[in-house]
Amino acid sequence: MRRAGLLALALAVLVGGRSVEARAPEAPRLATGVAAAATGPANAAPTVDEETVRRVAAQLRCVVCQNLSVLDSPSEMAAQMRAIIRERLAAGEAPEQVVQYFVAKYGEWILLSPREHGFNLLVWAAPVVSVLVGLAVVAVLLRRWTRPRARPATPIDPALRERIRRELDSLP
Amino acid sequence: MWRWLIPLSVVPVLGLLAYGFRVNPRDIPSPLVGRPAAPFVLRTFDGRDVSLESLRGRVVVLNFWASWCYPACYEEAPALERSWRAYRGREVSVVGVAIQDQPDAARKFIADFSLSFPNAPDPDGKVSVDYGVYGVPETFFIDRAGRIRRKQTGAVSDDLFRREVEKLLGEPA
Repeated sequence: MRRAGLLALALAVLVGGRSVEARAPEAPRLATGVAAAATGPANAAPTVDEETVRRVAAQLRCVVCQNLSVLDSPSEMAAQMRAIIRERLAAGEAPEQVVQYFVAKYGEWILLSPREHGFNLLVWAAPVVSVLVGLAVVAVLLRRWTRPRARPATPIDPALRERIRRELDSLP
Repeated sequence: MWRWLIPLSVVPVLGLLAYGFRVNPRDIPSPLVGRPAAPFVLRTFDGRDVSLESLRGRVVVLNFWASWCYPACYEEAPALERSWRAYRGREVSVVGVAIQDQPDAARKFIADFSLSFPNAPDPDGKVSVDYGVYGVPETFFIDRAGRIRRKQTGAVSDDLFRREVEKLLGEPA
């Protein structure tokens, strides 16, 4: 019974991990006014959709910043990277190809959301697994705490029994 | 069984932490090592063009620096100049690329260290991104066939320069 429960838990963990993998959040961000202004230098090609530039820039790490995307960073390097994104899109590259260009140059480190394969899966699965394990532990503990305990029958001291009997007998 | 489950669950977490703390988050392996170096054409501060194509057949040391990069760039500049002078007659080229820099500050840096190898700005950052540069100084050792063989993050010393260049010079063209 207990083994079956564990199996079910393991299955739930696997399914939970998969569903996260399937969702694959692209994390498109809403551009702030400042960032939007910074993404539009004068040499912008008119045919490039700025929303696409922002969507690509939001996926990429600003290489000279601490945990900022190319979209959000006010640094000169990020501005140059946005210009490169815009130029490559204007040259007819698909957004995925532009992202792949940066990955080819910097490795997957450049991606703010690690791709869901291999060791990276741990990043996606660990939170779900942790929550599930936590829930399982809480469930087990709750059940243990709330289960009515069958009290063992305590043997009554024969002397006490005798005394009770005597006192009952002595009642008028 | 439950008695052991909670202490045991700490083991993978400890393992992950042990791995994570031993990895330097600033040391990012370049995917470019072993691959052909991206071609570039740069206009140097003194108005000459320098391209990777024109250096084909030579060992190329491509150094990314900035005048604001203190102290690492200030430490390596004399070592680069010394090494360049020592190897310039032996089919070795050194090219400096000033990134994210003001032209006047970069020129002053070149003058202060009497740098005699070609140095050029990268005004639109394309060469920097083509080489996956994320900080300064970074130096790429490119073999005679035009392949990136080593990326050095941080200052280049005389020893490192000699070791890498001698290795590449010893290979057939």
